[in-house]
Amino acid sequence: MAANRVYEVMFIIDADAADDEVAQLSESYQRIVTDQGGAIVKAEIMGKRKLAYPIGRKNEGTYVLLEISGSGREIAELERRMRVSDRIIRYITVRVDEDRRRAEKFQAKRARKAAKRPSGQRRTVKETPAPEAAFEESY
Amino acid sequence: MSSNYDDRDSRFDSRFERDYDGDSRGGRGMGGRGGGGRRMHRRKICRFCIEKTDLIDFKDVKLLQNYIPERGKIVPRRISGSCATHQRMLAEAIKRARNIALLPYAAD
Repeated sequence: MAANRVYEVMFIIDADAADDEVAQLSESYQRIVTDQGGAIVKAEIMGKRKLAYPIGRKNEGTYVLLEISGSGREIAELERRMRVSDRIIRYITVRVDEDRRRAEKFQAKRARKAAKRPSGQRRTVKETPAPEAAFEESY
Repeated sequence: MSSNYDDRDSRFDSRFERDYDGDSRGGRGMGGRGGGGRRMHRRKICRFCIEKTDLIDFKDVKLLQNYIPERGKIVPRRISGSCATHQRMLAEAIKRARNIALLPYAAD
């Protein structure tokens, strides 16, 4: 029943925050997720980076990436907390499981096609545009 | 990559004129292969299709940067040559990256 969804949550912490504070914040958010019944798939502190544009007079921030698997309820709580916190400059949540599944489907399809097609056939496909190109040049 | 892009840009200009030409020919009812071939002057190919990319990640700034020139706009399909599917993925990824300040919305 419980829909298992995978999300990527990326957020930017104020660059003024020291390394241990960043780690602490990241951990506290992870705890919120686990308390709500979600699971942390991956947690990564991506380091300090210059922002592409200033946000609230800040030009730098520490990027943190969390990959969360869960029902979606923990995301609501997580976002609420991040909205309230003044250390978080910005956050973004992206649902990734659907896109990944789609990518896998493409891959499987390609594998099936490659298995079906004899290796010689590919060359003829590649050759067809060549005479046309020569034709264009002669114009 | 960037030099490659410049090359494409200049090609785009010539193609634009050709496009015009091709259309007027088509109107005469000639149509046919010649007109079509002329219009399709050196068909651009989708980079992502060749590399068999199924997913464009918004965190991949290095890749996305190739598709935003100085101005910060997304390079249109007619110039980059990407196919509709991949252009859609690309645009989505760029917009996400903009949201969290990995890429600029607009550069001076």
